[in-house]
Amino acid sequence: MCEASGRCGGCGEAPVRRRAAPACSRPRPCVKCGDGPAAVVIRIGDAFCRACFREYFVHKFRAMLGKNRVIFPGEKVLLALSGGMASSAMLRQVQEGLSRETAKRLRFVPGLIYIDEGAVCGQSLVQREQTLTRMEALLQETGFPYYLASLEQALELPGSILRRGPGGDSEPSPSYKAAVEGFIQQQRQEEANGDGGTSPAGLGTQDGPAGGSHAHLPAAARTEELLRLFDAAETLTAKEELLQMLRSHLLLHTARTQGYTKVMTGESCTRVAIKLLTNLALGRGAFLAVDTGFVDSRHGDVTVVRPMRDYMAKEIAFYNHFFGVPTVITPPLHAKRREKTSIHRLMENFLLGLQVDFPSTISTVYRTGEKLSVAPAESNGELQRCLLCLCALDIAGEEELALEPTLVKEDTGNGAESRAAFIPLLCYSCRLTFKEMGPPATLPPYVRTEAQHRNCRALMKQQIQEFLLEDDEEEPGGS
Amino acid sequence: MAAPVSLQVEFGGGAELLFDGVKKHQVTLPSQPEPWDIRNLLKWIKQNLLKERPELFMQGESVRPGILVLINDADWELMGELDYKLQDQDNVLFISTLHGG
Ligand SMILES: [Zn+2]
Ligand SMILES: [Zn+2]
Repeated sequence: MCEASGRCGGCGEAPVRRRAAPACSRPRPCVKCGDGPAAVVIRIGDAFCRACFREYFVHKFRAMLGKNRVIFPGEKVLLALSGGMASSAMLRQVQEGLSRETAKRLRFVPGLIYIDEGAVCGQSLVQREQTLTRMEALLQETGFPYYLASLEQALELPGSILRRGPGGDSEPSPSYKAAVEGFIQQQRQEEANGDGGTSPAGLGTQDGPAGGSHAHLPAAARTEELLRLFDAAETLTAKEELLQMLRSHLLLHTARTQGYTKVMTGESCTRVAIKLLTNLALGRGAFLAVDTGFVDSRHGDVTVVRPMRDYMAKEIAFYNHFFGVPTVITPPLHAKRREKTSIHRLMENFLLGLQVDFPSTISTVYRTGEKLSVAPAESNGELQRCLLCLCALDIAGEEELALEPTLVKEDTGNGAESRAAFIPLLCYSCRLTFKEMGPPATLPPYVRTEAQHRNCRALMKQQIQEFLLEDDEEEPGGS
Repeated sequence: MAAPVSLQVEFGGGAELLFDGVKKHQVTLPSQPEPWDIRNLLKWIKQNLLKERPELFMQGESVRPGILVLINDADWELMGELDYKLQDQDNVLFISTLHGG
C-alpha cells in the first residue's frame, strides 16, 4: 500500500521519452488488481482501474497528513477553496476522511473559505453573482461552517496582517503524540458521559451559522479601487504576484479573526513544480522551501499546509471526473489585449510542454524541491521580515540604496510615500516586483500603513541608537 | 469510404470557456475516405467548434499540453491517443488543467 505514498514519479532514472500506446478500442487491465479495465495512467506505465485509482488517491491524502503530523486533533483548519480542481478534490478528501470509521478518521475541525476574485478576472457583475451562488450552494451542502469573501475586502485589511503572529516554530509546541493522546482521552470521557455521540468531528456547524457570510458583491467603489490597483501594475507578472499576495493575506486574516490555526491550500504537484521554477525566475530562490513546502509557517500563529502537493494535476482531474467532485471553474487573471504574458504562464507552458515528451519532468522538479529545507533564519521569530511576503529579509539594511539607483532617480519625492522608502522593507524578489507594481499611492492601504509604521519605528530606533552609540564604542571590539 | 460518425464531444475544467461555455456537443462527422481518428477529430473541432484563439486549445496537430483527453471515460494514453479510431456513439472528453490563458 505504501508504494503509493511519497513521490509522484519514478526514482532517479534518466528521463524517459514517452511512447504512445498502440491504438485499441479497449484499454488493457489494471496493473494493480490485474482485473478491472485500466482507466487512467498515473505514472510511466502504471495504468489503474477506477477502484484501484480511488484507493491510491484516498490513501495518498491520509499518508500525506500522517507523515507530516502537523495538524492536531480537534484543531480548527480553514480550507481555502477556489472552486478549481485541486481545492475541490481536497475538500472531498477531508469529507471522506471525517466520515471514515473511527480508527482512520481525520480528527480536525474544518471550515471553508471562498474568495471571489471575479473583479480582476474580467467577470461581469452578473457572472460574479452566478459564480457566488453556485459556490455558496456547494459550500452549504458540506455542512461545514463557511466564509465568503471578495478580493476587494483585502483593501480593508489592517496593517498588522503584515506582522508575524506569536507562536510558530520559534516557540515550543506540544508534541503531536501528546495532543493525540489528550484528544482520545477526552473523547472517551465524552462517550462515557454519553454526550460525545458517534457523529464525526466537524460535521454540523459547531461555529454556528457562518454569520454575515451570505453572498453579496462588494460596493462598486471598492471594486474600482481594486481595479485601479491592478491597472497600475505594469506587467502581468506583477499582477499575478499582487493577486497571490492579496489572496494569502485575506486568508490569513480570516483564519486569525475566526480562530483557525491552520489553513489548507490545494496546490498540486504540477502547481508546485511550476511555482518552483517561477519563483526561481522571480529571484525567490531563498524562499522556495517556504513558498512550496508542505508547511509554511512564515506567519507564526497561522500555519499554511499544502496537502495536495503529492498529486499530479492529471490525477486530480481524473479523480474529480470519475467520482463526481463538483467544481466551479472561473477564468484566470484578466490580461489586457497584447499584454506580454507572465513568467507564471511561461513556466506553465514550458513545464507542461516538456512533460508531454518526458513524463517524469514534473516529478523531477518536484522532488528537487523536496530536497530544499527551510533556512534556519526562517524559523527565527525576531528577524526582520519582508513587508510583502513576510519572508526573512535576505538583503542587509545598508546595501539597499546602492543597489537601487534607478529607484532613487525615479523617486517623485513626496516624503514617506516615496518608492525609496519601501525598498529597505522588501526582500530581493519583492523589490523587483515592487518596481512593476505602480506608484505607492495605489498600493493597498494596509501595505502603506504598515510601511509607514515600520519606517517610523526604524527612525525611532535610529534616534535612540544615536544616544547609545557611545556606550557601544566603550567596549573594545574584541567580541 | 468511412460512414459518418456520431459522437458526444465534451469540454470541462475550463476548456468549455473556449467553446462559448458549452460543455456538451453532439456532433456528426461526415463520411470521408479514411476512417475518423482523434487527429482528424481535432482538425474538425478547430474548423467547426473552436471560435477564437485556437492556440489555447491546440498545439500542432494535438491538444495543448495540460489538456487531458478521455475516450469513453478512459485515459486516451491507453487508447492510442491521436491514432485512436473513432466509432459511432463514442464519447470524447477534453479536460483543461491549465491556469493561465
Ligand atoms: Zn485495479
Ligand atoms: Zn518579499
